[in-house]
Amino acid sequence: MARLVVLGGGVSGHTAATFAAKWLGSSHEVVVVTPNAKWNWIPSNIWVGVGQMTKEEVTFDLAPVYAQAGIIYHQAKALGIHPEGNEASDKPYVVVESTKAGEEGQVENIEYDYLINATGPKLNFAATPGLGDANGLGEHTVSVCTADHAVHAAEELQKCVEKMKAGERQKFLIGTGHGMCTCQGAAFEYIFNIEHELNKAGVRDMADIKWISNESFLGDFGVGGLHMKAMGFAVSSRIFAESLFVERNVEWIIGAHVNKVESGNVHYELLDGSMGEESFDFSMLIPPFAGVGLKAINKAGEDITADIFAPNGFMKVDANYAAGAYENWKASDWPETYQNPTYSNMFACGIAFAPPHPISKPMSSPNGTPIVPTPPRTGMPSGIMGKAVAHSVCDLITKGADAPLQKASMAEMGAACVASAGKGLFDGTAAAMTIYPVVPNFEKYPGTGRDTDYTFGEIGLAGHWIKHILHHLFIWKAKLKPGWTLIPE
Amino acid sequence: MSKYGEKNIKAYSNNFTTMTPGPVAKWMRTCVIFQIFRFIAINLKMLVVVKKSH
Ligand SMILES: Cc1cc2nc3c(=O)[nH]c(=O)nc-3n(C[C@H](O)[C@H](O)[C@H](O)COP(=O)(O)OP(=O)(O)OC[C@H]3O[C@@H](n4cnc5c(N)ncnc54)[C@H](O)[C@@H]3O)c2cc1C
Repeated sequence: MARLVVLGGGVSGHTAATFAAKWLGSSHEVVVVTPNAKWNWIPSNIWVGVGQMTKEEVTFDLAPVYAQAGIIYHQAKALGIHPEGNEASDKPYVVVESTKAGEEGQVENIEYDYLINATGPKLNFAATPGLGDANGLGEHTVSVCTADHAVHAAEELQKCVEKMKAGERQKFLIGTGHGMCTCQGAAFEYIFNIEHELNKAGVRDMADIKWISNESFLGDFGVGGLHMKAMGFAVSSRIFAESLFVERNVEWIIGAHVNKVESGNVHYELLDGSMGEESFDFSMLIPPFAGVGLKAINKAGEDITADIFAPNGFMKVDANYAAGAYENWKASDWPETYQNPTYSNMFACGIAFAPPHPISKPMSSPNGTPIVPTPPRTGMPSGIMGKAVAHSVCDLITKGADAPLQKASMAEMGAACVASAGKGLFDGTAAAMTIYPVVPNFEKYPGTGRDTDYTFGEIGLAGHWIKHILHHLFIWKAKLKPGWTLIPE
Repeated sequence: MSKYGEKNIKAYSNNFTTMTPGPVAKWMRTCVIFQIFRFIAINLKMLVVVKKSH
């Protein structure tokens, strides 16, 4: 009997664990280690953050689902990996610390035959002074990255609405809180949902709404932008994004590295090296992401973290980390199997793997400050990677160590993204987009780097309906309700 | 008096060079009948991309 341990029960880890449990059956063990008691459909946190959904609507208890799937569940966070075991045993293991009520802080070792690291991002609020407090909630700003953060954001938003109703003008500043942030899409959704809600509340004319982001152009989204076919043209996402910002009367500051947040004020540096300040009454700034800080220790007890993880804390996989300058970058630098090059029984998927380089063109200010979005690994690629890695591990277990590994390169897969621009059954809108492939392949598609037959986008009510249906569909799938395997990642 | 769709454009500002939708384009975005057709079309397009990605 082999044991697969999955670290992280988010989009990628949950997908990997549930498929592995289904494919392996009861003859092998699947263990999930994840610190939260609840699963969260993160994309809908945006709607929680404007008070249009409750926390309960976007989360559910993991324990019964894992019990039903035959998965052993540890409500704990992984601290370290010992891929060679220790002096007493050659068996690799992970050290985990319980987060279960009443058992907090209890440490235990869990042995594994195969390990999937799907721990997602550490929300690195600390990278920007003043961005977050010790609990990760904004010290001076709000966040929508977790369901709890989003509940807090909605409460703060409501206070602003009341002030506006009482005749007090309010300034909203939404975007990224550091020059190396990713997840611009979430901030994009949040700013337009706020705009939509303020309109509905009849206070839009009392609000000044501004976007601040590290993108060198609006619509970069960390993927270097994209070209979509529209009206007979291949139109840059920059045009679409700018158009929406103008239409909704949202101003923007781009190419900005937010370097300090104070109460009601942010300081930033721009790509041209100039410094600026912007005041706000309400601000949601996405924090930069890092790896969750797992340590790796070898058999002799030496720290080998730097061998296993990149400096940003994400796990190294089968990517080309020596691609060098931007001019050398190729689609083939991107990992295909997500297998760790040092320990072949370890994999990393979703946000947890270390990308070889940014997708957006790297830029820095004359002061040497890098200001470039880091690569996003949105829900669909995270799910596809999780399933592919689970497939590989199951094949290694059932067919032997020579079984070929499944491939799921972001340079060969597309992604369907639906970015909400306001919730409402008849007045909601969302930008429905597909991008193919996610990482541009300029050898195959010279010019735009992508196949414009499969890269498209449009804004409308239909996109909103799709986003709402996806909310229910993915919660259904994550709960392993009938037919869950038919719903694609 | 600025025309519909142009009211937020400010001369010489960073938003001067973009396109903005007119009243018909905006109305179409929430026109239920039209959006039902778009819903079907977008779903089909997305399914193709999802299929190509697996
Ligand atoms: C506000 C917001 C909106 C978004 N909207 C969209 C969208 O509309 N569409 C889209 O495609 N993507 C969206 N994304 C991105 C999407 O959420 C991510 O791509 C996806 O969640 C990544 O999956 P993951 O499994 O890598 O990480 P996560 O889903 O974050 O899962 C990581 C898991 O690891 C756990 N963990 C953390 N530390 C440890 C540890 N030490 N040990 C064990 N477990 C640990 C975490 O608790 C979590 O359960 C959004 C993201 C945000 C923040």
